[in-house]
Amino acid sequence: MEALLAIGTRKGLWLARSSNSRADWTVTGPHLPMTDIYALAIDTRGGAPRLLAGVMSQHWGPGVATSDDLGATWQEPEQAPIAFPEDTGAALERVWQLTPAPEPDVVYAGVEPSALFRSADGGKSFELVRGLWDHPHRPQWTPGFGGMAIHTVLPHPTEPRRLTVAMSTGGVYDTTDGGQTWAPANQGIHVKFLPEEYPEFGQCVHKVARHPARPDRLYAQNHHGVYRSEDHAKSWQSIADGLPSDFGFAMVVHPHKPEVIYNFPLQADEHRFPPDGRCRVYRSEDGGDHWTELSGGLPDSGFYSAVLRDAMCVDDADPAGVYFGSRSGEVWASADEGDSWQRVVEHLPDVLCVRAAVI
Amino acid sequence: MVQVHLPSMLRPMAGEQTVLEVQGATLTAALDELRTRYPALERRLRDESGALRRYVNFYVDGEECRRLAGPDTPLTPHTELMIIPSVAGG
Repeated sequence: MEALLAIGTRKGLWLARSSNSRADWTVTGPHLPMTDIYALAIDTRGGAPRLLAGVMSQHWGPGVATSDDLGATWQEPEQAPIAFPEDTGAALERVWQLTPAPEPDVVYAGVEPSALFRSADGGKSFELVRGLWDHPHRPQWTPGFGGMAIHTVLPHPTEPRRLTVAMSTGGVYDTTDGGQTWAPANQGIHVKFLPEEYPEFGQCVHKVARHPARPDRLYAQNHHGVYRSEDHAKSWQSIADGLPSDFGFAMVVHPHKPEVIYNFPLQADEHRFPPDGRCRVYRSEDGGDHWTELSGGLPDSGFYSAVLRDAMCVDDADPAGVYFGSRSGEVWASADEGDSWQRVVEHLPDVLCVRAAVI
Repeated sequence: MVQVHLPSMLRPMAGEQTVLEVQGATLTAALDELRTRYPALERRLRDESGALRRYVNFYVDGEECRRLAGPDTPLTPHTELMIIPSVAGG
């Protein structure tokens, strides 16, 4: 089995490969140097895996680069792959999410300013999803510290016209008609930073995840609040009990077990550090009812770094691999579903996102 | 013809040329021509709304366009237009 781990940082992309069941890793990079890599995808739907990277150069602006040879060469089309139509008056700031959909060649992009784009050619060119851009709530979406972006895109595994997205600070929205109309889906999610505690929308969602075998159930990590939905995001219940903090950015579902989820809690709001400087992943094996602290091989003290919303992921192997990267440029991997961990690389720039797959 | 001097990082988007010749009475007109001929180059200079990218400088005969008339800065057939990324980032 060969595994690929893609590491997006604030100054480029690194690629780690392992051919011995993820025991040892060979790291190459920087690829796409001096660009912020906020979004990565490893599209394994076709014959050869395609890497997609949302790149952002401080000088030359944002784009989407693709590689069909595992990062040896990168391509960007002549025309901007993602561009706002002229009548919107908007300009692309950054690509936050690239998500291959179940339909062949369909890829979604969540971007800043908050908008959703759809590609029908594997991620080479994209069109704005007008229904969300024209949503009457959009003027009331406000930027969080990280910007105003669609950072989560969850295509439904079996219903092509159904899609869920999330943004900070706008909340979760759901469509069942292929993106023409969108309904806010935040009932039960508490808000500490607005006068109204349970608004229809405006929640600061950090990440939402779901498992394809159980698509009606979703998990969310919010700015204060960890939640589960049993009814396709119509309503949410807290699953924060058992965690040392209800704050964090990442939320990941096991690739084969819909009830197994992973989280990286941070003490908040005064300190955005792991509690007591201990580097800890938390795993639940019952959909968030109970949580277990995972510590095997992880630093017991002195870890004052955050794990951002897309900087944790799983691969699709069995047993599953779990990965996370820190803002201090370390990437950790577990080949046994989180029981034990090893450091893959250190001293990189801030890790913004990681993605892994068997290739 | 306006002579457009490219920094090394952008030359791959213009067939490795260092100097391009374009027509145009203003900076905007010159960039519009670049959009047609070299779209991958032009979108690194302006966003899709036509705004000049913040950290890209356009020196028109030695003067940065933002100290002149910005995108409306007039060009002559003898203008030398230098594109230079500004010092930015850590």
